[in-house]
This record gives sequence, structure tokens and C-alpha cells, in this order.
Amino acid sequence: MFYREAGQFKTNYRDDQAIFPILQDRIGLGIIIAFAFIGVPLLANDFWMNSIMIPFLIWALAAVGLNILTGYSGQLSLGTGAFMGVGAYACYKLVTIFPDVNIIIHFFISGFFAAGIGILFGLPSLRIKGLYLAITTLAAQFFLEWSFIRIPWLYNYNDSGAIDSTTPKLFGLPIDPASGDPVHRYLIVLSIVVFLTWIASNVIRGRIGRSWMMIRDMDIAAELMGIRPLYAKLSAFAMSSYYCGVAGAMMVFLWLGSAEVESFDINKSFLVLFMVIIGGLGSLIGCFMGAFFIFVLPIIMRALPGFFNLGINAATMEHVTSVLIGSLIIAFLILEPHGFARLWQITKEKLRNWPFPYG
Amino acid sequence: MLHDIFINPFVDMASAPDFFVQLIWEGFVAGTLYALIALGFVLIYKASGVFNFAQGIMVVFAALTMVGLHALGIPAWIALFLTLGVMAILAIGIERVVLRPLVGQHDAILLMATIGLTLFLKGVGETVFGGEPKSMITEELGLPTGVTDFDILGGLVSLQHLDIAAVVIASLMVIALAIFFSKTRIGRALRAVADDHNAALSVGISLNQIWAIVWFAAGVVALVTGIMWGARSDVSFALEIIAFKALAVLILGGFTSIPGAIVGGLIIGIGEKLAEVYWGGLVGGGVEAWFAYVLALIFLLFRPQGLFGEKIIERV
Amino acid sequence: MKLKSLILGVAATALASAGTLTAVQAEELYVPSLSYRTGPFAGGGIPFANGFADYLNMLNERDGGIGGIKIKVEECETGYNAQKGVECYEATKGKGALVYNPLSTGITLQLIPKAPVDKIPVLSMGYGLSAAGVGEKFPYTFTYPTGYWSQMSSILKYIDANGGLKGKKIGFIYLDAGYGREPIPLLEQLAPKLGFEWVGFPVAGKDMQNQGSQWLNVRKERPDWMIMWGWGAMNATAVKEAKKIRFPLDKFIGNWWSGAHADLDSVGDAGKGYLAANFSGIGMGFPALQDVKKHVVDAGKSQSDPDKVGDVLYNRGLFNAVIVAEAIAAAQKLTGKKNITGEDMRAGLEAFDLSDARLKELGLEGFTGAVKGSCKDHEGGGSVFIQQWNGNDWERVTDLIAPMTDIVGPLLEDAAAKYVSDKPDWKSQTCG
Repeated sequence: MFYREAGQFKTNYRDDQAIFPILQDRIGLGIIIAFAFIGVPLLANDFWMNSIMIPFLIWALAAVGLNILTGYSGQLSLGTGAFMGVGAYACYKLVTIFPDVNIIIHFFISGFFAAGIGILFGLPSLRIKGLYLAITTLAAQFFLEWSFIRIPWLYNYNDSGAIDSTTPKLFGLPIDPASGDPVHRYLIVLSIVVFLTWIASNVIRGRIGRSWMMIRDMDIAAELMGIRPLYAKLSAFAMSSYYCGVAGAMMVFLWLGSAEVESFDINKSFLVLFMVIIGGLGSLIGCFMGAFFIFVLPIIMRALPGFFNLGINAATMEHVTSVLIGSLIIAFLILEPHGFARLWQITKEKLRNWPFPYG
Repeated sequence: MLHDIFINPFVDMASAPDFFVQLIWEGFVAGTLYALIALGFVLIYKASGVFNFAQGIMVVFAALTMVGLHALGIPAWIALFLTLGVMAILAIGIERVVLRPLVGQHDAILLMATIGLTLFLKGVGETVFGGEPKSMITEELGLPTGVTDFDILGGLVSLQHLDIAAVVIASLMVIALAIFFSKTRIGRALRAVADDHNAALSVGISLNQIWAIVWFAAGVVALVTGIMWGARSDVSFALEIIAFKALAVLILGGFTSIPGAIVGGLIIGIGEKLAEVYWGGLVGGGVEAWFAYVLALIFLLFRPQGLFGEKIIERV
Repeated sequence: MKLKSLILGVAATALASAGTLTAVQAEELYVPSLSYRTGPFAGGGIPFANGFADYLNMLNERDGGIGGIKIKVEECETGYNAQKGVECYEATKGKGALVYNPLSTGITLQLIPKAPVDKIPVLSMGYGLSAAGVGEKFPYTFTYPTGYWSQMSSILKYIDANGGLKGKKIGFIYLDAGYGREPIPLLEQLAPKLGFEWVGFPVAGKDMQNQGSQWLNVRKERPDWMIMWGWGAMNATAVKEAKKIRFPLDKFIGNWWSGAHADLDSVGDAGKGYLAANFSGIGMGFPALQDVKKHVVDAGKSQSDPDKVGDVLYNRGLFNAVIVAEAIAAAQKLTGKKNITGEDMRAGLEAFDLSDARLKELGLEGFTGAVKGSCKDHEGGGSVFIQQWNGNDWERVTDLIAPMTDIVGPLLEDAAAKYVSDKPDWKSQTCG
């Protein structure tokens, strides 16, 4: 009823291959993007911007990166945190070496460094699969963490060992997390995330994306049909790490302001993996929903007792949050193992047939 | 530089043999404890194909429960058995609530469920027992705390009784498990399940029962690990992180092999000590953080199924 | 269906909570406490947070607040995690926060650039960036009563007084994080100056309770003294390992985050002789602590276990609260206002003067050394003393040991200048 594509005829190949062949999807997406660009900056206060919207978008981008690798190419990775770190440290070096170049260009370049490291640590995927591969990506995680400490050149021999945003400017306005206007930062993050997601959705639809999915579904069969696992797997690692790298760079320069190694530890890898799985493997929209659920929900839960004046102290709330999030994840996996993306599909199907039970 | 890599460390080893022996011993003890954690993983993976990430928190949870019960005034040995009871309830609960509905799901989803379980246990543990570190009730359990010194090799080699006890208990544990698996009815059923779920089901083995037993066995292993490691430092939530080391042990030894877990544990325990002490200084120290993983990674490139893992045969 | 209602519920509460977060409370002194009662470092975080809250609540009960206005302490759980710390900061800064005490070097580093922008001072009491004590470069950060570098120099002084420093080998075992690495530049610069040799033993956060290799290395290197920058579960493990390799514990000195009851209680007798630096008094023998006990703990208004009141970290948290309270009083006096802002608080912190006479008035005679700040000096020139573990309690064994200000001061200036050098828009101040 609400979601009828009846009457929308595809009269040429171009229409047939559009990303959003259905009119309602295009309208819906247009509304969401317009709301994100115009509505959110008008409505949200500083706290929402700084602590919820900006990190949410950054995590969503990292989740898109991991989903490319895990969801579309079937390679489980626990090194996401470290790949984000590579992007962040690369960006820090670039900004301090070339301070006059536009910071956004640095974001995009620093992703390439992450991609390079990603390819290097993706090499074992040519021989190792599944959980074994997941654990070997831990080698990347721990080795890189160690490098961020032991190679002082990476943080310009700072006494603190931390990297910090050096008040970058865009069009003369400060955009670092301390002095920049959160709305400006939000708009930058949003633009980059929307742009990169758009690129990802096109790559996934194209030849490369299809080769990933063939490798994921049955690698030997894919090989027999002429897909080269070397290129397919390593390109997945490269693109995935690129996205994580850009997310990491934005995390330091547009959200946290400074970061130590701890900001890229193994827990971040888990966090992103949670987002991808809860959101739905192999779904871009799922990344956003997963990121929202995993990142934003605990914040709201922590804010609740203060709102109701329940008199629960911070520590108990933290424990309760941990218990609840753990249970929710398990419950969710049991009820809908394919994540939010599947729920979204089901909803769409229901809306299409409404008010009839079957179409 | 080459001199520092290829000659100096060996000169060091030869010039202070007492120290070298001590180091091997320390590595051996640490390796035994890694192997114990890895054993918990292997048990569960073999029987249910679940990669149980919660093994680390189970170690903490078991140790905390025991110390907490003892703090209530319950004698140490009774606390030990009560803790076993708690682990049994936990095992049944996990089987009922988490595993049963998730049978046959993707590896990543099962892995995620156990990480969810980790969060859950962590929250419950902290709510009930508080976040402060607690000391293990070493004496109350009758564990030895002394030390024996040997004046050999031109120096001193000292063996902590606690470490000896850890090695002995870990060995007994492994032997007991081996006997359990090979000689008892349940053990045979377990192996049948590990080989083929469907075939096992068709000859009348209850999968659910087997899973609960396996999780309980992993819980027992966790308790022993918790006691041993808790006595070496103390019982706190930071212990959970040590379980990460066991992951490297696992890939080295193979996910499904008990001997693999033991050999892998020892290789990593001793190897990382050697690497840190003799070569770590060259790159600024702290190589222990990744040595185990990189070793496992390089090893896997040559033998993707691990030391004792089953050969993977794939067909289209 | 269930899920849908869940999502709707969450969205509704989220919108609602956004509304409350903007509301600014009036007529109270709002002091956020970034605490951590969870996570691997909770053992240290809990007593500290209790001491901090209990002292301020005692002022509320006994004196009706400061200058007649009640203090509101609100805890926000950080779990010693920098990102959660920043989240807490963002969530509380709009409520009129006067000062932030992050209790984590990682969080402090994140807040340092934010402080001048939001005009809320950061008081990193004896932790954080050592260079942040240079007032001209860091107008909004304070490290009262002392920073890491100064106190490393005090510890070296102690070693010098107990058998000399020249020609000795100092081992430095540290938590491999921003916190533990902080004093390394100082060691590097002081070693040639004072004629000692040093060797570092990093302990990764993951290996806090697995320090076998580090101590084997110690045995190999045979240092004359060991200094530790440890935190949480690392401390107890280190003392046990030191004992294991027969390192003389009376030549093993922890810094003031490595010498609490929480650390050594579990070690007990085996830790006898272990030394640690400290700058806050031990035990209940101070009238102010008795007041806390009477008005807060016995009245059941404390989260603390009554036995733990007076423990090292409890008293440390209490001392932190004393600094906050004194600075608030100073700010009220300076501005003539009762209800002060973060900017007034900064002025109050700069005018901070905790003399021995004032300590006596507060009921804290001999609790710590005199601390006096100025526009230039945000470190306050406090001193540490050395305490020793006697098997079941800490005993103070030395007088206050002043830092080597003449040597450390210029190094701090250099470090501060370096920190701001790549930040063209950094707001510093000039002191008259």
C-alpha cells in the first residue's frame, strides 16, 4: 500500500541498474539525507552533536569498512581498531608535515596508508580462513598497537605519546574538537560519510563487489569461474582498511581531539564487529542501524537514571548497562541473527502488502 | 646489529645458565597456564563449534565467586564445591538460553553471542562482587606458598611451590580430562558429537546434555585457571585479558586438539619469554604483547590447520 | 513487535533526556566527578571517588556547603576509558561544571585543549601532563600539588640520600600507557646530569598480571634500585614478582599511584619493606577525617566501606576535594560572588594557597606539604614523602622531600613550549 512500485516501469538499462530503482526509496532517502544535513544541526544541542551524532557517523563509517570485509567478502577481522589507528597516525603525520594542505584531503590520503597496511595483514587470508583468520588479524591488532608506542616518530616524539589535533582549519574556521563549532564538524563528517557510503554501494554493485561475494559464498567455485582470490581478497582488505583508516583519522581530528594507543585497542575492534553483526552482515544500511544500536544505546541508558532521578549511582548503572547490553545482544542474535537489515527488509515487505497479509 | 640478533643473546644464555634455566621454568609455568585457558576453548569448540570468547571472563567469574563465597565465612573447600555448583548452573543456563536457539548459525554470530555473554558476566560479576581486586585464598585452599632454591650452574634457580603446584594440578587436570574423554560413556559420546553432530544424534546421544557437560567442564577448567593465576597475582577483572594469549595458543595448536593446546601453550609460554628477555631490548621491549600472535601467524602460513588440527578438505 | 516498541521507547527517552541535559541548575556549586568504579582499574578508582565525594558532602552537612552554597557532586563513570571520559565531559559541562578532575592521564590529555575553549579548568592532581603545570602556557590546567616530573626528582633525591645516586643503575618499570611513559623524558635528561644509568621495563596493559618476563629482565639487568609507575592490578603483581626474584623490596619505590592499601592488602606480609611515594596523609588521625566519619560515613551517606575510610587512596581523593573546596572559597573571595563560574574557579585555583596554618585550620595538620599556586606556577611546589609497607599497613618513613625545582623547572618550560609549538592558535597567558 505504502510501498507499491506498481506503475514504475524500467524502460531502459540505465533505470534497471539504478541504485534505488524504486521511487519511494529515493524519496525516503532524500528525506533522511535532507534531515541529516538540515534538520539535525537545527535540533541537536552540543552534547548530541559532540557525543552522539559525530561519533555515531564515524563508527558507522568504520562499520561500513568492516562490513565490506566481513559481510561482503566473508573474511572475519578483529583488527579494525588498529586499522583505524593507522589512519589516525598517518593523518597526524600528514597534518604536521603539510600543515597548509586542506585537512579533508589529508583524511582521504591517510586512508591509503591504512589500505596499504591492510593489504599486508590481509596476505594470510590467502591461506587461512574463518576463525583462524580472525585470530591472525589479532596479530595485526597487537603488533600495530605496539608500533604506535614503540615508534616515537609516529607521534612526533611527544612527551605524552599521544597524537592531538593541531587546530586544523577549513575555510578559515577552526574545526578541531576543542574550539570548532560542533555543527561544522558534524557537517564535514556527514558529507564524508555520505560520499564514501555512496562510493561503497557502487563498488559493491559492480564487478569488484560481485567478485567479493563470489569468494564469500564459495571460494573454490569462484576461483573455477575465473575470479582471482588474490585480487578479490586483497582488494577487500584494502578497501575495508581504507574506510576504517578514514574513520580513524576523523575520530581523532573531528571527535576526540587527541588520542593515545588505547583509543584503538581491541575493544574498538569488537565494538565495530558488534555493529556489523547486529546491523546485518552484507548490508550498508545495517551498518548505520548497528552503529546506532551499539554506540548510542549505552549512552542513553547511562543517561536514564539521571533523567528519572532514580538515585542509582554511576557504577551500578554501568554494571546494569553491561548486563543489559550483553543480554540484548544475545537476545537479538537469537531473535534475528541477520540483524537490523533483515528487520528492515521484512518491514518493507509488510508495508508493500499492507493491508493484506500476502502480496 | 646482526651481532646483537644472532650472537649476543646466545652468549648471554651461555654465560648465565642459571638464569636461562630460571627463564625456561618461568616460561614453562606461564605456558601451562596458557594451555589451561586454551583447553577451555578447545573443549567447547570441539563439541559445539562455538568459539567461546567468554572463557576469559569465566576464569574471573569462577575465581571471584569462590573468593566471594569464602568472604561470607564459608570454609574454603566448601566454597570451592559451591563454586563448581555455580559453574554447573551457568553451563546449563548458557546451553538453554544461548546455545540451543543459535544452533547452526554462522561462526561470526556464535562468536558474537559469546562476546555478549562476556559483557553479561562482567556486569553481573561487578554488581555482585564489586570491582576491587581481591586476594586469592591460597593458604586456605592448602596451596603451598614456599620456595625452593637450587644453587646450581654457578647461580640460583628458585622454584616457587605455587608454580610447581600449578604445573602439577594442570597436568592432573589434563590427564583427568583425557581419561574422561577416552574411557567414560559421556566421554565417548562427546567425541562422537565432535565428529559428527547428526550421526551422534541418530544413535541417541542428547546434544543438549553433552553441550551442558562441555560448558561445565570448561567452567571447571576456568575455576582451576582462576585459582592458579589469582594466586600468582590477584583476582580482578584485569585477569580476563590474559585469555587473549590463549587465542594465539589455540591457532598454534589447532582449535580441536587437546595435545595441541598443551604443546602450543608451552611453545608460546617459553618462546615469548625468550623473545622478550633476549631480543626484546633491540626494539624497545614489550614484544610479548604481539610475539605470540605473530609466531602463530607465521606458523599458520605453513600449516593452516595448526599443529594438531584436522586437515581441512574442501569440495565445491 | 517487541523490538519495535523497544526502539520507540528508546527514541522517546532519548529525546526526553536531550531536554534535561540542557537545563542549567542554579544556586549550587556543581562539581562533576569523573570516576571509575568499573573496569580493570576500579580497585584504585573506587576509594578515590569515595574520598572525593565524602569530603565535599561533609562540607555540605557540617558547614552548609562553601560560602553558604551547597556543593553538588555528580559522578560520571569513565571506566578509565578516554572516550567515555570525553563523553562524561560533554554531558556535564553544560550544567555549570566548575572544575574537572579526570583521574586518568588519558582523559586529561583529551581535556587539556578543551579547557580554555569551554573556560572550565582541569585539575589533574599529581597526574596528567607534567608540562601542564606551566601556567603561562596552560592557563586552564593545574597539577597541584605536584606533577610526575617533579616527584620523580623527589624520588631520585631519596635514593641519593640513601646510598647515593652516582654510578647507580635505576630500573624503571612502568605501565605502557601515557601515564607510565610520562616521566621517561625526565629520566633521559637527568641521567647524564646526575650520573646514573637507567633502564626501562614496560608492562603492557594486557600483561599487568603477567609480568614474568619483565622481572626476569630485571634479574638480568641487576639494577640497584627499582622505581615503578604502576596502576591497578599491576602493582600487586609487581611487588609479588619482585619478591620472587629476591629483589630487595626496600630498594623498590612506587610512585603515589603504586602505593595504596588496595595494592598491598592482597600482598600482605610478602610485601614488607616496599616503598612508595605519597603526598596525602595516611589514616584517620586528622580532625577533618573524623568530621567526614561523623557527618557522612556514620550517617550512612557514603558509598565507602567504613573500614576503607582513611586508606591511602581515600585520603588522596579527599585531598583532591580539599583543593577543589579551597579553590572555590578563594574564587568566592576574589569575585565577591557566591555562585561562581568555571572562569572564576580558574582564578581561584591560581590564587590557591594551602599553607601549613590553613591546613591546621582545616583539621589536616601534617596531612601534606604546603601548596601555593600562582599565575606562573600551576604545580604548586608540593612535596612527597616516602612510605613503607610494614606487612599490613603503610608507615610514613621520611619527611617531605621537595622536588629539584631548579632542574625540573626549565625542562617543564621546554616541554610546555614544545606542546604549544605546533598549535598556532593556542591560548596562553602572560603573567605580570
